[in-house]
Amino acid sequence: MKSDIILSGVGGQGIISIASAIGGAALANDVHLKQAEVHGMSQRGGAVQSTLRLSSKPIASDLIAYGAADMILSIEPMESLRYLPYLKPEGWLVTNSVPFVNIDDYPDMDEVIAEIKKVKNHIIIDADGIAAKVATKRASNMVLFGAATHFIDLPLESFKDGIRQIFAKKGDAIINSNIDAMMAGREAAAEFLK
Amino acid sequence: MLGDEAIAQAGIDAGMSGMYAYPGTPSTEIMEYVMKSDVAKENNIHADWSTNEKTSMESALGMSYAGKRSICAMKHVGLNVAADSFINSAITGVNGGLIVVSADDPSMHSSQNEQDNRFYGKFAQIPILEPVNQQEAYDMVHYGFELSEKFKVPVLMRITTRLAHSRAGVITRDRQAQNELMLPKDPMQFILLPSVARKNYRTLISNFDSFVEASEKTEFNKYYDADDKSLGIITCGIAYNYLVENYEDQNVPYPVLRIGQYPLPRKQIEKIMSECDEVLVVEDGYPMIEEMLKGYLKKEKVRGRLDGSLPRDGELNPNLVMAAIKKEKFEIEPLPATVANRMPAMCKGCGHIDAYIAMNEALLDYGKGRVFADIGCYTLGAYEPYQAISTCVDMGASITMAKGAADAGLVPAVAVIGDSTFTHSGITGLLDAVIEDTPITVVISDNYTTGMTGGQDSHALGRIEKICEGVGVKPEHIRVFHPTPANHDEMVALLKEELAYDGVSVIIPRRQCVQTMKDKELVMKVKELGLNKKN
Repeated sequence: MKSDIILSGVGGQGIISIASAIGGAALANDVHLKQAEVHGMSQRGGAVQSTLRLSSKPIASDLIAYGAADMILSIEPMESLRYLPYLKPEGWLVTNSVPFVNIDDYPDMDEVIAEIKKVKNHIIIDADGIAAKVATKRASNMVLFGAATHFIDLPLESFKDGIRQIFAKKGDAIINSNIDAMMAGREAAAEFLK
Repeated sequence: MLGDEAIAQAGIDAGMSGMYAYPGTPSTEIMEYVMKSDVAKENNIHADWSTNEKTSMESALGMSYAGKRSICAMKHVGLNVAADSFINSAITGVNGGLIVVSADDPSMHSSQNEQDNRFYGKFAQIPILEPVNQQEAYDMVHYGFELSEKFKVPVLMRITTRLAHSRAGVITRDRQAQNELMLPKDPMQFILLPSVARKNYRTLISNFDSFVEASEKTEFNKYYDADDKSLGIITCGIAYNYLVENYEDQNVPYPVLRIGQYPLPRKQIEKIMSECDEVLVVEDGYPMIEEMLKGYLKKEKVRGRLDGSLPRDGELNPNLVMAAIKKEKFEIEPLPATVANRMPAMCKGCGHIDAYIAMNEALLDYGKGRVFADIGCYTLGAYEPYQAISTCVDMGASITMAKGAADAGLVPAVAVIGDSTFTHSGITGLLDAVIEDTPITVVISDNYTTGMTGGQDSHALGRIEKICEGVGVKPEHIRVFHPTPANHDEMVALLKEELAYDGVSVIIPRRQCVQTMKDKELVMKVKELGLNKKN
């Protein structure tokens, strides 16, 4: 199996948690893993990115080559476009639809969505809305994680274990709430795969 | 674990007694890991931030003098600050093993330059270790301590951002015991009077051949031979990963020499250079090896950054390396026009913002171009809408450049510096100004933390006024205020007064960094020190 994923968003949106949950699932299945991240600017509303590489074979580069990513997984719609050059032609662009507007020249959302729809394989879900309904708005990153699970060749139970691991210290209620969010995201994405 | 964390864990497992560092991206996590480690605490491993990289280097050297193992970590520009002791530690040599970790930043993701600190290792004439991945970083710490104690020299370990901040699985070893306290056998070893230094230096020089021999024998320099000799490839550190990423099962058809230890292994270099028609040198940093091999008269058939095969600057990636092999150009696809820049900015509610707004207004009559700033979150004041500063060069340069500009006649000259940067290297510049009574206005923006790197302890906490008084700033020209929108007019008036004063003024806008509000320890300390006085 192989999965090269670019995670993107704005500092503070929780992309590292997604990476950790997927990472936990990978390690439990004896899959090699490399996860690179951008530190420092995450506190200051800047664009952030994490690179997650899974493979049954040893992984060399910490960076994904341009044109080689299997998926861009983004908590912020405009940020999903920033890494388009990384996406392989058949790759999946999976993104939240809710913009994070902290700059003056944030583009028109219609244009952003139009650009996303130009990507052959795309999934746009209202991760914030889904999260608010089944868990809390803060779980929107877990909703996106759920959407991504269709494209990562690991058992569903391992993904749930990944969530159990990262929220272990927060108790069962929070763990289950985040698993619900993940499953809801997985369901929402399934609509696009029909 | 992160490359940084692998190094930290390795230090603990290899029996180090001390971790010394000043925060600096991408090295910060090394010290943070040791600070959080229960094992480190139980075993009394020193793990506290130093005031700057020079003091951290010297303390590490002191621990080495006493026979124990230590690691000193910093970002690349940090080694500039530690250079005095670093270079001389090669002359004194070590007693207990000493590893200096330099985390370089090709592409300057969070730095002022992309200097390649392998040059420092070459300059000091000591061995350098450059790991290819997280596992090797871990293993090299163990090996590095042994190498250091065998040859009685410090060892430089050089990593870059993409290894420092990338996670992979690492297999660890059982922890070994720390060294015993033990003085150097030669009581003169560490005394660099010329007579001693000359002797020590000759020893260092004479060891060079042994370092080369070690490089030729080490498993960290790997020669992968292959049949197609039309091209030979030399890679340094993680550049190897970018090369093999392009080939199925990492099977490169050309001979590859993977460098992980310097000085260069002469035998292997001679082999690849003589057997291959061309040699491509792939380094995640300056073209240091490329230039050495090319020779001044560029007679050798060596390719790399200097001939345009690879870009002259910036970090590498798999695409660039493949393009270099094929002698093609790689260009990233342009982004759709809808993608706007999302630059880092100061956080909502940051005290630096209120200070800048007041400062901009107070300086309206004097005009722009006279604010000399420093390294920290407040450097972001250069961007719109504040555009409040004119310079940012190196740690502490705000105060000293303001002084130089004032000497030139640019008065008033304002310096903006953070609290942690101030104790790092602002105090000496302030003393210069006080001694000459130069008319500068120094704004020490105190947010109780080392903010940009993630909120580490600031050595300035609760000490700033006393330090300034001790240096000789007149107490009536040390002004503290609480920077909030509500206090704007007061701040402007205060600033105007001090700008007009024909001597050294220190103004301290003081408000806790909003990112540290959840830090219970800090909040308590601040309360104890009585720092949160309103105007």
